[in-house]
Amino acid sequence: MIRVRLPAHLRALAHADVEVQLQVDGEVTQRAVLDAIEERFPVLRGTIREHGSGRRRSFVRFYACERDLSHEPPDAPLPPPVVSGAEPFLVVGAMAGG
Amino acid sequence: MSGVRVLVGTRKGAFVLTSDEGRERWNVDGPHFGGWEIYHFTGSPADPDRLYASQSTGWFGQLIQRSDDGGATWTQVGNEFAYDGVPGTHQWYDGTPHPWEFERVWHLEPSPTDPETVFAGVEDAALFRSTDGGASWHELSGLREHGSGPEWQPGAGGMCLHTIVLHPTDPGRMYAAISAAGVFRSDDAGETWRPANRGLRSEGIPVPDAEVGHCVHRLAVHPSRPETLFMQKHWDVMRSDDGGDSWREVSGDLPSDFGFPIAVHAHEPETVYVVPIKSDTEHYPPDGRLRVYRSRTGGDAWEPLTRGLPQRDCYVNVLRDAMAVDSLGSCGVYFGTTGGQVYVSGDGGDGWAPIVRDLPAVLSVEVQTLS
Repeated sequence: MIRVRLPAHLRALAHADVEVQLQVDGEVTQRAVLDAIEERFPVLRGTIREHGSGRRRSFVRFYACERDLSHEPPDAPLPPPVVSGAEPFLVVGAMAGG
Repeated sequence: MSGVRVLVGTRKGAFVLTSDEGRERWNVDGPHFGGWEIYHFTGSPADPDRLYASQSTGWFGQLIQRSDDGGATWTQVGNEFAYDGVPGTHQWYDGTPHPWEFERVWHLEPSPTDPETVFAGVEDAALFRSTDGGASWHELSGLREHGSGPEWQPGAGGMCLHTIVLHPTDPGRMYAAISAAGVFRSDDAGETWRPANRGLRSEGIPVPDAEVGHCVHRLAVHPSRPETLFMQKHWDVMRSDDGGDSWREVSGDLPSDFGFPIAVHAHEPETVYVVPIKSDTEHYPPDGRLRVYRSRTGGDAWEPLTRGLPQRDCYVNVLRDAMAVDSLGSCGVYFGTTGGQVYVSGDGGDGWAPIVRDLPAVLSVEVQTLS
């Protein structure tokens, strides 16, 4: 299972726990994980990546294994510890005030 | 319950303020959607239990919330606002072409007759309609594509379609106002549009009386006089008595003819309210005195309404969607400030009192009169 941590606002929308576990079939990539998140929580469509273009929203970041994966290609494989479930995939709201 | 329900959208959530007809003792419910910007929060005239809220943040984008029970519970509905076709470009602040990009929903206007139908005015400026209670949204692209779109440019808050006026009895007639493009009118339920800005004059554009390019801030109409429209423009208070075919200035003796909201008394179609603001850049009341101005003559002659409002050291703003009236026998007038106060007058503006003083900055105020 893939472990995903969502930021507080998205957890509230999805009525989800701090960490959710998702089944991802096939190669584990950003796109596959985000597809699985949106499949499990349809209310999050459009909140992490834009409708239509599928682009990551500019104030959303993806981290894992102490690395910033935000600018990795969406179809690149995620690090093995994320694939094995040893480490979570982090969806993070950018550090910005407001 | 007989009374009023005031729907308040703020920078950090939505609040529901309720009172009986006396409008002196209030219940404050909220925040709903804490931490999110609620640009607009309104109810269906056809079903007062049907509420819609525009919820957004810069992080996670746009959501639309719907309640079917007067705000007790909420359902997140559709949030995909896709422009028809390839939307092209409008002008950027410096006059260069800039691609049309959806940013947020500024205003939701429910149909007066059908709770499932609601219109959305968005940034970058376009008009959308839902006929399924907000589940799906479709652009009425005849407005954006009528011809002048490439000349539209953003106001300071963005290039937003912020005002939608639906004719009370003719479902074909509607108006939309855009900053900074102006007023547009449709006579076929939003399929085709034409500019309705004759008589407007704006010094900040190359041709002051151009057909489009005016920074209209807000329109108001009394339901018994649908051909008469009142406008607060970036500068100037205007009125039209021919459905927007022509406008004339009625700023008269206002201390500043800059401002954002404008509202019409529920029972007196010639009684109009504005909140003069010092500008271009200050955007607070002149002399630090928060004054609503009322005209009982449809403009030109205005009187300051000050009783109960701070008359020194007040430097808040009142935004375009943050003023409303109820339709009780003695018309109530309401407005919210960027300082988080929501004021009510239960006597048409003669005296004011705060309902709440310390909300987040208020973005919108709407009122439902409940029977």
